[in-house]
Amino acid sequence: MQSATSESPLRLDLALIPTLLALGFFAGIVEAARSLDPRMVVQGWTFAGCMLAIGAWYLATYADGPPKDERGGYANDVVKAGVIASMFWGIAGMLVGLIIALQLAFPNLFYFPDLPWTNFGRMRPLHTSAVIFAFGGNVLIATSFYVVQRTCKARLFGGSLPWFVFWGYNTFIVLAGTGYLLGITQSREYAEPEWYADLWLTLVWVCYLVTFLGAIWKRKEPHIYVANWFFLAFIVTIALLHVVNNLAVPVSLLSSKSYSLFSGVQDALIQWWYGHNAVGFFLTAGFLGIMYYFIPKRAERPIYSYRLSIVHFWTLIFIYIWAGPHHLLYTALPEWAQTLGMTFSIILWMPSWGGMINGLMTLSGAWDKLRTDPVMRMLVVSVAFYGMATFEGPVMSIKTVNALSHYTNWTVGHVHSGALGWVGYVSFGALYCLVPWLWKKKGLYSNALVEWHFWISTLGIVLYITALWVAGIMQGLMWRAYNDYGFLEYSFVESVQAMHPYYIIRALGGALYLLGALVMAYNLWRTVRAPLALSSEIPASALAAEVV
Amino acid sequence: MERWAYEDVLAFAQSWGAVYFIVMFAVAFVYALWPANREGFVRAAYIPLKDVEDV
Repeated sequence: MQSATSESPLRLDLALIPTLLALGFFAGIVEAARSLDPRMVVQGWTFAGCMLAIGAWYLATYADGPPKDERGGYANDVVKAGVIASMFWGIAGMLVGLIIALQLAFPNLFYFPDLPWTNFGRMRPLHTSAVIFAFGGNVLIATSFYVVQRTCKARLFGGSLPWFVFWGYNTFIVLAGTGYLLGITQSREYAEPEWYADLWLTLVWVCYLVTFLGAIWKRKEPHIYVANWFFLAFIVTIALLHVVNNLAVPVSLLSSKSYSLFSGVQDALIQWWYGHNAVGFFLTAGFLGIMYYFIPKRAERPIYSYRLSIVHFWTLIFIYIWAGPHHLLYTALPEWAQTLGMTFSIILWMPSWGGMINGLMTLSGAWDKLRTDPVMRMLVVSVAFYGMATFEGPVMSIKTVNALSHYTNWTVGHVHSGALGWVGYVSFGALYCLVPWLWKKKGLYSNALVEWHFWISTLGIVLYITALWVAGIMQGLMWRAYNDYGFLEYSFVESVQAMHPYYIIRALGGALYLLGALVMAYNLWRTVRAPLALSSEIPASALAAEVV
Repeated sequence: MERWAYEDVLAFAQSWGAVYFIVMFAVAFVYALWPANREGFVRAAYIPLKDVEDV
């Protein structure tokens, strides 16, 4: 396998990674052969299959010496793979989201009692993990790989190590997603994968840190650009959160079930320390890294204030880490800790808006780009949604507001204004930039299709969040309404019934968002397939047919 | 010293935690605004704009 005959005869990465894959393959086979837990048997086969596939990829890629992409310059192919994986998982995750949104409105839709994996309870974590970790994670890995190399003027460290990060991370995604459908879960929100998947992710994540830090270590640019600080905070903090929150003891090494080291209120606090910082460091810090590179790059002007970006960075990371307890207001958590979580959430408004202003004001003097460049508009609107969601969040963390909003659809709407508006749009903007840059095209296949994507998705977001504002506040008010005799005015099921029209509007919003993503995938595919000298204009008459 | 009681940990965290927090903020703020650092930051802001594809 290691016939790398060129300049470096002995490649540590090409010795260690295939060895690791072989060990992983045998571990999977052992689980599949020996486990009495039928779900673990499936997971064992799945993992072994992934290891075999990655091994075959290594063999095919490195059999005739290092591929062209490894001879000098930056590692681009792994970023391309990340772009493709992001688009694939994005559409898959949004599709599952649409299915479960429709199930809330029409419970028997795509639900078959004989097929337990069609249950809402199994598909809901599939949706959240697919959009956050599969789509978002692949976007973050791809963009961070792209940005760190350019801003440090150094190649990613470790030869094929970035490829192991890419394949290993997606193996985790496959293991987690199929596990949910089988009914495997730790019951920790956004940390549902069980102990073995968590261990695998820890290994992959350490490799991610090594390859990323290695590029910074070898950098030829003396200053570490602010985007890299955000990416680094994301990688380091997610490692810490993941390891601590998933500390657990498996029932046996052949069982898919484990028990957490924590219990009671400590367990709840650890989970929401993790859960909120998954928002703060995965969905915020990481994507701010994207903002700080792609907005200046696309606008062709430097960030509005580099000093503000430094204050933004340090205040954001120091404050976010304390905001988790706002998920546990009016619970057994000590009162002072609840107040602490609420206070830090409100303080967070400042760094968040500082960052938003920094992103938006970068366009100062170039606002015309909002009209002429739909990709720029997508990036800017993402920052506007970042501002909106980070204003709404602190408001909802205030105890009296939370008493109304908690456990209602308002929370779901809030999350989606951040997820669809901020994370989705900044990712779409970055992918629209990356595809022509990476595949060496003059521009996108069609700017008009980007316009279609933008307006279809924006309409989808507006329908989604307004429907859930109304639904959530109505739900909260119905739960707390008393009649003249001091009895509850409504039974619980009446509040469920009242949700029906809003659930339909929400599903419509989700369908539009998914449609926009499909338009995008088509546009990107045509861009990749286009001949080199590409015009970004296509006749408007051709459009209507293409969007359908 | 005896083992710390819950209240002792609380008192320490709630007082010194605030001091630590404010000091960290001051350090970051002063670093960002320190006049001698201005030139370096202005240069740093242009890093994404001057990378040229060499591949």
